[in-house]
Amino acid sequence: MEEIFEKIQEIIAEQTGKDESEITLETNVKDDLDADSLDLFQIINDIEDEFDISIEDPNSIVTVKDAVEIVEKSR
Amino acid sequence: MIKSEIIATGAGIPKKTVTNFDLEKIVDTSDEWIYTRTGIKERHVVMDETGATLAAEAAKEAIGKAGIDPKEIDMIVVSTCSPDYLTPTVGCMVQKEIGAVNASCMDVSAACAGFIFAVSVADKYIRASAAKTVLVIASEVLSKFTNWEDRTTCVLFGDAAGAVIMRASEDRGIIKEELGSKGEDWEVLGNGKLPTANCFNGMPKFTQDDTSIFMDGREVFKFATTKLKESICNVVESAGLTMDDIKFFVPHQANTRIIEVVAKKLKVDMDKFYMNIERYGNTSSASIPVALKEMDDNGLLNKGDKIILSGFGGGLSWGTILVEW
Repeated sequence: MEEIFEKIQEIIAEQTGKDESEITLETNVKDDLDADSLDLFQIINDIEDEFDISIEDPNSIVTVKDAVEIVEKSR
Repeated sequence: MIKSEIIATGAGIPKKTVTNFDLEKIVDTSDEWIYTRTGIKERHVVMDETGATLAAEAAKEAIGKAGIDPKEIDMIVVSTCSPDYLTPTVGCMVQKEIGAVNASCMDVSAACAGFIFAVSVADKYIRASAAKTVLVIASEVLSKFTNWEDRTTCVLFGDAAGAVIMRASEDRGIIKEELGSKGEDWEVLGNGKLPTANCFNGMPKFTQDDTSIFMDGREVFKFATTKLKESICNVVESAGLTMDDIKFFVPHQANTRIIEVVAKKLKVDMDKFYMNIERYGNTSSASIPVALKEMDDNGLLNKGDKIILSGFGGGLSWGTILVEW
């Protein structure tokens, strides 16, 4: 769990230009990080590549926790 | 060995400009929203022009710059996914306008990648010595397939035509290419559905909605960012070159954000990607030849420069060409 979170934290920080410390499990990707739909698309692409999974519905990821859980379930 | 060289460029741009501010009055959107997500500030849409008239205008400019007689043209290949008619071809309509009486004419359809496919066809005829001088045009009028009430798509597209003259050369021209398609994902992006209704089958007649552009934004973004990068890498590597050897990358102008992702993945400075989407929007297959014409006019292209042209879009299809100018 921790390992997945840290990797996702890194991906989101890279895409949004935010500091990793700003990104917690509760962080709302769009609202808290000023990410728009295209940022979210790229975050999802990077998560898919990193964990070799397929995320069908981009709307299923609202918070960082959602992303971590999707990766956990998919593995 | 015979190569095919691009010897001249031209463009046909509709007179009417539609800015993001104009769109704010039609749909719930804003200049800031559109610009930050797409890089577009304005686009052109047809008033009294058509795909064929824009194509002819682009062709005349290219012919004039090349200093050739239209009768020397052996073949006209037009890329379009928004033709005036399903038949005749736009190619035949252009032939009449420019008096290229010795040309055989065809349209090819590969959506936003279509210009690359059309250049590839021309290249093969030239290399096979089946044609010496070929006029390649990409002409698109996507405004007629746009649902102007759909704010997610109507802000993206514009109308334009671009043309190049290709000619057999001993010295320079197209060095490498890669074309590809993934029909498995055809439902991700398209326009202009033609229903099968007839008086026997009771199938639904077509509505405006049928013909409008449809797009799964997330899937298109994913396809574009991964395939564009992959295709450019394949072509550059297969030529035994590195990204440093390429003077300019001229991508299909789909969305600035897509190109930024690709530039980052390729570790190539964004300055090496020629962008003009700000002034034209996404003009489908016309975007690459219109960009080439601007670069040519602005003296950015010098003999010997190696340039990458790369298109991607509905089909899904993609194509990348390495040209020595």
